Amino acid sequence: MPLLTTRNLVARYGDFQALFGVDIDLGEAETIAIIGANGAGKTTLMRSIAGVLRNQADAVRFDGAEIGALPADEIMALGVAMVPEGRKLFPSLSVEENLLIGTYGRKQSGHWTLETVCDLFPILRERRHNPGTALSGGQQQMVAIGRALMSNPRVLLCDEISLGLAPVVIKDIYKAVPAIKAAGASIIVVEQDIAQALAVADRVYCMMEGRVTLSGTPDSLSREAIHNAYFGAHQ
Amino acid sequence: MIWVDTILQGILLGGLYALFAAGLSLVFGIMRLVNLAHGDLIVMGAYLILLLVTLLGLSPFLAALIAMPVMFLLGWALQKFLLNRTLGDDILPPLLVTFGLSIALQNALLETFSADSQRLPTDALTTASLQMGPISLGVMPLLTFASAVAVILGLNQLFYRTELGRAFRATSDDPVTAGLMGIKPANIFATATGIALVIVTIAALYLGLRANFDPNIGPARLIYAFEAVIIGGLGSLWGTLAGGIIIGVAQTLGAAINPEWQILSGHIAFLLVLLVRPRGLFPRAHD
Amino acid sequence: MAYSVSTQTPASRIAAIAGAVLILVLIALPFIAGRSTIRDMFFILTMLVLAQFWNLLAGYGGLVSIGQQAFVGAGAYALFGTVILWGVDPVPAILFCGIAALVIAVPTAFFAFRLNGAYFAIGTWVIAEVVRLLVSQWKTLGGGTGTSLPRDATGDMWFVGAIETALGVRTAAARDILAYWLALALALATIGGIYWLLRTRRGLALAAVRDNVEAAKSVGVDAGRMKWIVFLTSAFGTGLAGGLIYLQKARISPDAAFSVTDWTAYVIFIVVIGGIGTIEGPIVGVLVFFALQSLLADFGSWYLMTLGVLAIIIMLVAPRGLWGLLSARTGLHLFPIRRRLSGGTTEQRETP
Repeated sequence: MPLLTTRNLVARYGDFQALFGVDIDLGEAETIAIIGANGAGKTTLMRSIAGVLRNQADAVRFDGAEIGALPADEIMALGVAMVPEGRKLFPSLSVEENLLIGTYGRKQSGHWTLETVCDLFPILRERRHNPGTALSGGQQQMVAIGRALMSNPRVLLCDEISLGLAPVVIKDIYKAVPAIKAAGASIIVVEQDIAQALAVADRVYCMMEGRVTLSGTPDSLSREAIHNAYFGAHQ
Repeated sequence: MIWVDTILQGILLGGLYALFAAGLSLVFGIMRLVNLAHGDLIVMGAYLILLLVTLLGLSPFLAALIAMPVMFLLGWALQKFLLNRTLGDDILPPLLVTFGLSIALQNALLETFSADSQRLPTDALTTASLQMGPISLGVMPLLTFASAVAVILGLNQLFYRTELGRAFRATSDDPVTAGLMGIKPANIFATATGIALVIVTIAALYLGLRANFDPNIGPARLIYAFEAVIIGGLGSLWGTLAGGIIIGVAQTLGAAINPEWQILSGHIAFLLVLLVRPRGLFPRAHD
Repeated sequence: MAYSVSTQTPASRIAAIAGAVLILVLIALPFIAGRSTIRDMFFILTMLVLAQFWNLLAGYGGLVSIGQQAFVGAGAYALFGTVILWGVDPVPAILFCGIAALVIAVPTAFFAFRLNGAYFAIGTWVIAEVVRLLVSQWKTLGGGTGTSLPRDATGDMWFVGAIETALGVRTAAARDILAYWLALALALATIGGIYWLLRTRRGLALAAVRDNVEAAKSVGVDAGRMKWIVFLTSAFGTGLAGGLIYLQKARISPDAAFSVTDWTAYVIFIVVIGGIGTIEGPIVGVLVFFALQSLLADFGSWYLMTLGVLAIIIMLVAPRGLWGLLSARTGLHLFPIRRRLSGGTTEQRETP
């Protein structure tokens, strides 16, 4: 049985419907990637799973429990942590405090502590007393990932973690993924960079206009199939 | 020498105003809410202490200690069940609801305790004064000022040294992302107002010990508190103390020239600061 | 068939006819009603004027002021000042009341506009306190204890003699009737003026500023200028009302003329209960307020407590007030401001 599933997940912003019945599965110790163009509904999907947007209770299941209708803080306490799009560090908090706030709602002992997070991203140890927002974009992204890891989540949701970063910085950040997997987390990454997504994920879902248009393992998907699923088949 | 004495008395009076203002500053800093019933809540706190003193025969200090958890719960519930429902982009609901609350509270106090002025009982210690050369400082004003400094030190410790303080600051920055960290903003806001009412209880204790009070004096306390907060810079706790001191010194100086000018001088000092430093003396970097 | 854009609705046309009849009745009221009715109506009309101006500020301008008592008091003291010190007849002196309020309003706005939202609210209150404390120092007008209008000034007022002979009433009653007619004229001018203002280009800009300052700026609405216009207009009207109220009272003190309860709290409750952001709201509100006061005024503080609680409940469950509830149910607009498209294939389509 998968660790986390969505079934017929629907989301609206007022009159605008952003998701039209999305079904995805995330297995234990699996990493999946969600790819798609801007406006495909990837971020909405993540916000729905994390509880920022509320749904029908049975639209999202985690570890057998219906969590679709729960608020974000309760979902986080169950072990689903999110690295939000745009990093969203707290400007009033130092780097260390930003990391520590990750444990507020879930005090789960496990691999990740202030020490191990700083081992994963050594630059954070040097900068730990700086305000979170005084860091470079890549360093801020490391804080945002570390902050989510501090709760020792079972599922880590990473929304557009490479957005706006230089390729060399993106490589640095993705280098952390094996360690995160090794510590026992299942991961969903939202990525616009298809090559990056295919490299990191066990399986890939492609979304377009609020629907899943393609899914499978990276080997099984041809470039053409992905292209069609990404931009539509009849252009 | 008389001027030194006047200014010292003003600084100590500023401690009382800082106590009035600290709760207002805390609540504004965390949830951008201005509670127009703040002054009336201080007066209500004074009546609660008076009630405990008369019914149980306690000393006012002990009575205030018992009143604190009661006021905390009241503030918590007030925020959770009433004020949280008014938060949002529109500024009208919080203003009008707290204004309605102010009027309702004032008149509930009038109905329960009548318009007669009251005072908390004082003993020899609290009416004593320290003679320092030619200057004599009352024990009570000194105690008030020390309490104000202690409250602000305590709040700073809470804000910058505890997990709850981190959650306060994070929620103030961004409630949605705070939710992703397992923080329930509604509960954080309720806790903040609870703590604000604990400070209100301390302010109420000194209000009642130092002077007479009646149900109608709440709005004036709100105004002094507000002036201290604005002068200090929104959300800055030490700034609030500085603001309280400026109002206090302006009032005692004004009163020294002409007793009728006491209150007016405080207001004019506020307007002058507003003219020169519209964002207060110690504004927060990001707002 | 051609399209036409208008702000009229069928209901507003019926309301216009009913309104004209109502105005005639109100003008004729002193011929048929007794003195206590006239005094009640004076109270209702002056509170309505204050409520309309506060609504213009808060409901349309987004400027929540708790300092309107500054302008009531300034107007009232200007009346007493010009009558007592300069010997001006009280009736023309009312014009000075509006001007005095304007004079206070300019520095008030200068300070208060530096504050946002809730801080603007308390800022206006602080300034009202400053004005009250300064006026308390004005010994010629009685200082902190206040003073009365001299008897000969009120007895010989313009029109009073004519009203005495025409209606066959005593001087005191004639004074009340004069005050009532002036209040009626002021209320009609206020409603008419605000309605006109809101239907002009300026008024539409005002709605834009209220809805979204940034968006309004981007289409070229000068939000700062609109705030000034609204604030000064409200101050002027509130000052006129203040002068009129104290012409009728004939006795003044700083605490009464600058009372935050009488001139701001009551007014806010009237607007909130009736419905903020509409012209109809304050009218409904003042009637409810008067009914409540007649029923509950004997209970003193219970009455104010009820008003406070009622305002909280309305703000939470029906933020557009009683008129908002009625208007949402029935689609009724007596003072329609939105422009409606009609004509074409379907005539007179009501938009919800």
